[in-house]
Amino acid sequence: MRFYESEAKQLLEKHGIGVPPRVVAKTPSEAEKAASELGGSVVLKAQVLFPGSDKAATTKTADNPAGAKAAAEELLGRKFGGHAARAVLVEKKLASAKVFCVRATYDGIAKKPALIASDLGGTDLDDLADEQPDHVKRRHLSALLPPSTYRSKELAKDLGLTGSALNRMTGVVHRLAGILLDYDLTVVEVNSLAMTEDGKLIALDCHMDMEIEGRARQGKILAELGVDESEARLPREPTEFDLAGAKIDHDDPRGVAGPIVEFGGNIGLVIGAGGGSLTTFDAVKKRGGDPANYAAIGGNPSVKKCQALTKLVLGKEGVEKIAVISNVVSNTRADLLARGVIKGVIELGLEPSEVITIFRAPGAWEADAFKILKKYGVEFCDRSVSISEAAKRAVEKIGR
Amino acid sequence: MAMFIRVDVDAGVVKKTAGLAKKLIEICPVKIFGPGADADSVEVVEDNVDECTLCDLCTKASPDGVKVVKLYEE
Repeated sequence: MRFYESEAKQLLEKHGIGVPPRVVAKTPSEAEKAASELGGSVVLKAQVLFPGSDKAATTKTADNPAGAKAAAEELLGRKFGGHAARAVLVEKKLASAKVFCVRATYDGIAKKPALIASDLGGTDLDDLADEQPDHVKRRHLSALLPPSTYRSKELAKDLGLTGSALNRMTGVVHRLAGILLDYDLTVVEVNSLAMTEDGKLIALDCHMDMEIEGRARQGKILAELGVDESEARLPREPTEFDLAGAKIDHDDPRGVAGPIVEFGGNIGLVIGAGGGSLTTFDAVKKRGGDPANYAAIGGNPSVKKCQALTKLVLGKEGVEKIAVISNVVSNTRADLLARGVIKGVIELGLEPSEVITIFRAPGAWEADAFKILKKYGVEFCDRSVSISEAAKRAVEKIGR
Repeated sequence: MAMFIRVDVDAGVVKKTAGLAKKLIEICPVKIFGPGADADSVEVVEDNVDECTLCDLCTKASPDGVKVVKLYEE
């Protein structure tokens, strides 16, 4: 779940990280007034969560209140990546002696929080890592213990800082690490962390994403930032398919069937278990397949839940066949999954042996699952067949 | 209609075993047994039969009165 820059900066400020003087304006007149109050040149930023390729166009500068009003009119009058701006963030334009970039996030491979920084701020950190890797420095934090200041200091030192600049950068990096962990964020990044002439560090921008699952725990700060519970804050609005998937999950508390997300392909996916859904989705794509949906089942869903999900996926336009693939299951029963999927297929008047390309859900109660699948002539396999191989077989049956 | 599991209940055994009907209703984790016409009887809730987890709580409660059949083994 993404934050608007204005909200992200509010959070930075709350934790003692310097941000420019700023005002959120909802109309051009408010922007004009804000520029007048801030004085001097201002930067205006359209508050859009997912501007896509229009990102560069979301920012304008103005040297006086009239210019700010005109810029705000333009920013509020158009769409960015198909989305209208909620407001315009008007900030005092600051001079900087040097610009850094700092990101706190998770390293999925090391399975630890990571701090990444560069002395070449203002450019995309990922591009920088490819093009000038010597200028990108990293440190990992403990996945169990609170973030340690010395790791932040090591990173700051790697940026070539000494003395008070080193101490100031250490403080900012350490606070960003704390914000990441305390608020269930997946990433907090200040791409342009400016060092002013007098040595202060000011976050000129900020990108912040929260784990969707973290929302329930973070009600207090979300309320403080004015984030409404009804705001999904996702890259696109949920489709009818997505909503139907969410309803299936909501209506039956047994196990999990979600998130269910619509894609445009022809391979229906009933997938899940301990990261198995992401692995399978990627495997299907890698094998040349085109998924019709993403799904994540687990936690021992009921037969009815599996049945409803199967009907939803198979009922989607353009989907003729499905693949049922999961990681090795321990807390989900393969036989209940098999029952649900077959019931769903039959209720649609279809033949399980024809529409279920492969069933790979090895683990708990697989012997019973195999008996069920054998009875209905469905191709199945155990854990000796990898997810990748199962995906390949499914793609071959469905066609690319 | 259940496709994978069948639950056979001997109504006579349930009726003559004090408290068995109530116990069956209580112990089934997926609510396969519902109240019958009177206090000493149960009804099989057909809509829930395929949810049977094969936990055997019902058959252990009444080895003579309840039988769970895996239709996919027949």
